[in-house]
Amino acid sequence: MSLATLLVLGDGRLPSGGHAHSGGLEAQVAAGRVHDVASTGEFLLGRLVTSGLVAAVFAAYSCARVDRWDELDAGMDARTPSPALRKASRAQGRALLRAGRAMWPVATIGRDPHHPVALGALANAAGLGPLEAAVAAAHGTVTGPASAAVRLLGLDPYEVHALIARLAPECDRIAADAASRIGDPVDDLPAAGAPLLDIGAELHATWEVRLFAS
Amino acid sequence: MKASAHIVAEADGRGGTRPSVLRGESPLLLRRTGRRGGGDLTVHLVGGAAGPLRGDDLRLDIEVGPGARLTVRSVAAQLALPGRLELPASRLAVRATVAAGGTLLWAPEPLIAAAGCHHLAATEVTVERGGTLIWRDDLVCGRHAEPSGTVKTEVLIRYGGKALYRHELAIGPSAPGWSGPAVLGGGRAAGTVVLAGPSLPDARLLGGDAVLMPLAGPGMLASAVGPDIRAVAAALDPLCVLPCLPLESLAA
Repeated sequence: MSLATLLVLGDGRLPSGGHAHSGGLEAQVAAGRVHDVASTGEFLLGRLVTSGLVAAVFAAYSCARVDRWDELDAGMDARTPSPALRKASRAQGRALLRAGRAMWPVATIGRDPHHPVALGALANAAGLGPLEAAVAAAHGTVTGPASAAVRLLGLDPYEVHALIARLAPECDRIAADAASRIGDPVDDLPAAGAPLLDIGAELHATWEVRLFAS
Repeated sequence: MKASAHIVAEADGRGGTRPSVLRGESPLLLRRTGRRGGGDLTVHLVGGAAGPLRGDDLRLDIEVGPGARLTVRSVAAQLALPGRLELPASRLAVRATVAAGGTLLWAPEPLIAAAGCHHLAATEVTVERGGTLIWRDDLVCGRHAEPSGTVKTEVLIRYGGKALYRHELAIGPSAPGWSGPAVLGGGRAAGTVVLAGPSLPDARLLGGDAVLMPLAGPGMLASAVGPDIRAVAAALDPLCVLPCLPLESLAA
């Protein structure tokens, strides 16, 4: 496993369109629930232990068993009740595949797979293992909305990055948990949900003007 | 306490539904309610004891046969309570199957997570292609003005052999971030309705923090979060109605 390769996969500057998505943060800023550094931190924690865990599990599994990508993709569909979030996940999966194919020989896994499934396939092609795929997925579910919070609320970027750093041990714990689930039946895999992320995504999709795609 | 209950609903061949099995034990007692001779069978769950408490292991099995129409409700909220700490978390496992042409409406009163409780609610529903399901679950985070206990709900609904909806929700002191702005945002009540089958409503916003959205498969999810259960009920109650029987089946 190459540590530098993991940094390439986890780099926010990877041209895979992640900057266009707020991970549900924009909707909760508009609802007044996220308004400062502390509430941003609560949002990031809630997202990490729900969507972040699911993304980590499916990325790890896809990395280990890329041949089962379509079963994993259907598993993500069953865990993503919001059509706006399914669309956002598939758009990001497609963009990630495009970036990945320029770097590594990524397996054929359909045109627009869910983002964690694509991330796992990239990690596999890059010679990374499931734990690395999982940690990149978990970390990504935090960094996207964190940078959106800086843009939407004008928060101090130092303080927001301190939140990300404080969540790093939780990312590691989630990734280890995720990697231990490989081989389980897909229906049994974690499905930690966050009702306000689903509801917020649907409300957000009806707005005429928004800064982020999701 | 270990207890189980079993409901089997089957078409009676005259346009109605009869309970070929209706068996429960405290605290999962079952009572047939409502008018006889209509097209539907209605069964109420009656809590025969306090709880669930730590250590309780409860199981309810529901089978709906071809052409049968079953409604399951409860007479009161289910109050998950603390128990002796050395005992495992209380657990209620509900399993349901709906055959093609069968219809199941599950709409019990809410589950209330009393302070200090530790409860797991596991739901597994399998609907054959051509079956109809309306599955409601409401959760209240603590009684009035008390902190929430720990509850984890796990739901798997399969339709036509494929997972349609798979969801888990964890609340309470052992669930980090649960009351934060990504999960319940300080809301004290959350509810969902999964609708699956050949005839589905259109997606729409239900007012406040509540939406009705199309799943990837042949179903819809209504999800609502509110400051209390009234807000959730106002959004979800109108969806928990069985589709009318076709006129020809009433005439038969």
